[in-house]
Amino acid sequence: MSITPVKEPVLPKAQAEAIIKLLRKGERIDGRGLLDYRPISVYLNPIEKADGSSHVILGTTQVITGVKIELGEPFADRPDEGVLQVHAEFVPLASQTFEPGPPDENSIEVARVVDRSLREPKAIDFKQLVVAPGKKVWVVFNDIYLIDHGGNIVDASMLSSMLALATAKIPYYEEKEPGVYVVDNKRHVSSLPVNTLVATVTMGVHEDIIVVDPSIEEEVVLNTFLTIAVDEKGRVCGIQKKGIAGISRKTLEQAVEIALKQGGFLIDLIRKILNNPSDYMKPLETNQY
Amino acid sequence: MEAVSSKPRLLREDGTRLDGRRLDELRPVKIRVGVLKNANGSALVEYGGTKVLAAVFGPREALPRHIALPDRATLRVRYHMAPFSTSERKSPAPSRREIELSKVIREALESVVFSEQFPRTSIDIFIEVLQADGGTRTAGLTAASIALADAGIPMKDLVIGVAVGKIEGNLALDINELEDEYGEADLPVGIAPNIGEILLLQLNGVLTPEELKAGIELAWRGVESIYKVAKEALYAKYIKAFEEVK
Repeated sequence: MSITPVKEPVLPKAQAEAIIKLLRKGERIDGRGLLDYRPISVYLNPIEKADGSSHVILGTTQVITGVKIELGEPFADRPDEGVLQVHAEFVPLASQTFEPGPPDENSIEVARVVDRSLREPKAIDFKQLVVAPGKKVWVVFNDIYLIDHGGNIVDASMLSSMLALATAKIPYYEEKEPGVYVVDNKRHVSSLPVNTLVATVTMGVHEDIIVVDPSIEEEVVLNTFLTIAVDEKGRVCGIQKKGIAGISRKTLEQAVEIALKQGGFLIDLIRKILNNPSDYMKPLETNQY
Repeated sequence: MEAVSSKPRLLREDGTRLDGRRLDELRPVKIRVGVLKNANGSALVEYGGTKVLAAVFGPREALPRHIALPDRATLRVRYHMAPFSTSERKSPAPSRREIELSKVIREALESVVFSEQFPRTSIDIFIEVLQADGGTRTAGLTAASIALADAGIPMKDLVIGVAVGKIEGNLALDINELEDEYGEADLPVGIAPNIGEILLLQLNGVLTPEELKAGIELAWRGVESIYKVAKEALYAKYIKAFEEVK
């Protein structure tokens, strides 16, 4: 059952009013323009035991995504395709408002939005992940781990997932006897095949003002959010409206335009990172404040 | 390529859909109001083969007490599919999909209900999909908003849902299960037509920006038709009650 939540953390009223007042003037409390992302830092392969991993820092939000690739069975209705599973964990160390326990509606929503945004434009080439049609395929587990919540979890999760998947390697396997497979996940043979890069652009909406990449303070004050996923061809490959207020048709059209532009910026960033991955291989260390 | 060849055609030679509809045509919409005795408000909504029942209890004491809000009513929404509603039996335990849809339906209803008139109470909305044939979240949203109206809860507007899909390259209104499964996109939309706001919006699939805009237009026209049926169903119940009193 979904229950109206209490908005947390509670902001001082003066700060909440200041955020709105500035938005009306086209300004933000952290000095960004309305359409700007916060600084983004990326580290590839922080977790050597995963088949692919990345650590993304977006402003003060930090996400680690680990990809594990295992042999498993295909879905009965898709015998000639590999399987993708996306999960998100909002662990209690990430925020004073998170409690331990099974995934709540917010983490399920993030995981499902990332899942759909990857699945629908066929970001991963599942046809190439078949070992024995109808019997054995590669199952790709994409686990999103939020370790510090500073707002806009979706875009950080999507960026981190895309980078972890695009750098993931398929483990080596042998068929010892017919139908018996042995996987050696210390050896890797090929990269996970990627068809297209995808990015999500999350925007907060106040009346007809749109702000890209809302910080946690802005998330508490704003009531409506739109996440729009775009692929390399400039197509819209996923939308999720969140929050308790509505939007007009005109605002939606503006948001799509902004998403195409800023999504292009994020995809260029991902491409730049993937072209020179060794520049981004650094030991795991979290942001210093 | 086997999967592609086994995919059924969704459009006939003359451009109509497999169930005989035009691309911009709704399935038959049936709405009945006040179908349950215990609930404060209820509605049964059918979009073709999709049948959804919604019931509203409240405003009532918010329990457990910690969910109560000092300045407004708490909305609690559960979207749930009956085990017999799908071709293969669905486990009655809530799935990740049902948890997500409960959230987006709740959020779509939050801004039309004048919840600040009922602080510290809860308004509970239960949606049961009895038979699923595509568009269950949107039919569920429609049913929930009509049940809220039937319960006499003050609202800015009804919220009417409808899904637009893309089948064989064409946008199609109110897609059924087959069109959802084999189509290229599913765009569920919830609209409050009188205040002109989009309250629920998801996209599962790939669309160009132009297709997205056209899809919203198509959904809007569909919503306006369903809105008329909803209003007639609400009037029918209250005119009948009024005449009985007379």
